[in-house]
Amino acid sequence: MPRKAKNSSARKTSEPPLRERVMGGVPDDLWVKCTGCSAMLYSKELEQNLKVCRHCGSHLRLSSAERILLTADEDSFHERDADLATKDPLTFPGYKKDIVRYQGQSGRKDSMVWGEAAIGGRPVILAVSEFGFMGGSMGSVMGEKIARAAEEAAAKQWPLILVCSGGGARMHEGIISLMQMAKTTAAVARLADARVPYIAIFADPMLAGIAASFAFIADIIIAEPGAIVGFAGPRVVEQAYRIKLPPGSMTSEFHFSHGMVDMVLPRREIRPMLIRLMGLLK
Amino acid sequence: MDRWLPFEKPLRELEEEILELERYTAEKGINRSREIAALRARQEELTRDIFARLSPWDNVQLARHPERPYTLDYISLMLSDFVELHGDRRFGDDPAVVAGVGLLEERPIVVVGHQKGRDLKERQLRNFGSARPEGYRKALRAMKLAEKLGYPVLSLVDTPAADSRPESEERGICESIGRNLAEMSTLRVPILVAIIGEGGSGGAIALAVGDWIIMLEHSIYSVIPPESCAVILSAFGRDANRGPEAAAALRLSARQTLKLGVADEVLDEPLGGAHRNPAGMGEAIKRALIAKLDSLGQLEIAELLRLRYEKFRKIGNFG
Repeated sequence: MPRKAKNSSARKTSEPPLRERVMGGVPDDLWVKCTGCSAMLYSKELEQNLKVCRHCGSHLRLSSAERILLTADEDSFHERDADLATKDPLTFPGYKKDIVRYQGQSGRKDSMVWGEAAIGGRPVILAVSEFGFMGGSMGSVMGEKIARAAEEAAAKQWPLILVCSGGGARMHEGIISLMQMAKTTAAVARLADARVPYIAIFADPMLAGIAASFAFIADIIIAEPGAIVGFAGPRVVEQAYRIKLPPGSMTSEFHFSHGMVDMVLPRREIRPMLIRLMGLLK
Repeated sequence: MDRWLPFEKPLRELEEEILELERYTAEKGINRSREIAALRARQEELTRDIFARLSPWDNVQLARHPERPYTLDYISLMLSDFVELHGDRRFGDDPAVVAGVGLLEERPIVVVGHQKGRDLKERQLRNFGSARPEGYRKALRAMKLAEKLGYPVLSLVDTPAADSRPESEERGICESIGRNLAEMSTLRVPILVAIIGEGGSGGAIALAVGDWIIMLEHSIYSVIPPESCAVILSAFGRDANRGPEAAAALRLSARQTLKLGVADEVLDEPLGGAHRNPAGMGEAIKRALIAKLDSLGQLEIAELLRLRYEKFRKIGNFG
């Protein structure tokens, strides 16, 4: 990452520094395999390149912490509702164990992080998916956080920046998860009356109940190159309909060619574009 | 009725016995009417018993019953007139979605809903009730017409899922669903939703953001088909055959959905399911609708919208 991380003042001082949390406390000379071309990438170099493979350009997945680091102004992010956690409304088999496991692995209580930030000195509400938590799936907590983020953006009249990724509605919370599609979309829809801009950034992968709710109704959509975005994943479609999809199906570029997103931007150009937009969208 | 579900086997056997006796009576001219009456009474008792003890999987089969009344059936039962509209004004029409204007006891109303098909040909035409972007956009067009003219909206939900083929992806299936969620959440007329069969996930909720959610007794509402849930989760051995267990875990029945605070009302179905008495079911839905329309009609629009927002806003379990 181009800038060093420091402790966010909103976090408790007993937690390890952000950078250590982000890298998992592993030594710098770790090799990471590119999910696109399988090349072995030197992790420090990969970090410098914002986790984009220098061989094939694949945009590897970022944790919410990494995403916040390279999107918001340095030290500007103040997390809200960090401790919000789900209560297993259906008493679904294995769910409580999964929650504990993912909380341990990801260092987060659930699949979304939101808070106040600045981008180019301009205050914004920033919400970011945490794919590492149950594949970024949407349950009660993500739904609630998006609703709160949108309501706060309306109240403060600050732009809402939503980094959208995730596999869809979380089936372990059943119909409660499905209702989050309505809840979140209704909340961002209110930004129309509030006259507050809503910018979405699509990151790989973004599917199903997340793609089909608040994501595509953003005012401006910036999609990362090669991100898989769509209602069902390409493999699911191929299996279900016994067809072979052409390469590039359901990627950001595919959606751009069909008029569904505003731009496909390499990761390092997203923050500059956001700063530019903050200047325009007064 | 010639289609019986597996759990109805004892009822089918009784029916066959009764039919045999009736044939015998007709052929031989011998009166067996007392025996027939006794068998009918036994059949009714057995039906009550079986339907009082339905498993979640039985429930799923009932919701998907090929003879279950569909949107167009209820439209013709409940409305004295109905003009169907077509097309999304951008690309095409979608036979999986019905949209139009009609009269419900003299009051104009816009109706939208999913439509499955009866025979194989119709099922293919209507894509088994799996809507494409055109369908959601047509429904939205009809709902905006309702808003313009101040008519309430009735949405009849019955779909296994939205269409996820590449053609739908090309035309923005995600955006069409999300757009409907956004627009329905702020539509300035009362919206009544009745889940009449399968409330299949995103494809269902795209027509189900409303002020009052009714579910028919044997309908289901689920974030994912139980078979798919079983295939994906290791909790069910990633085995589609364990769909019944997933169905139980998902709590997708009408009463469970009511208990979870997502449905507002469950309407009892005629004994054995709506398909046994579609007219009776239609009458019950109509009565429930009119009662609710009366009370919703009293509200100021701002209050209606505030309540609708809060209704969905408060759904979620966290701490």
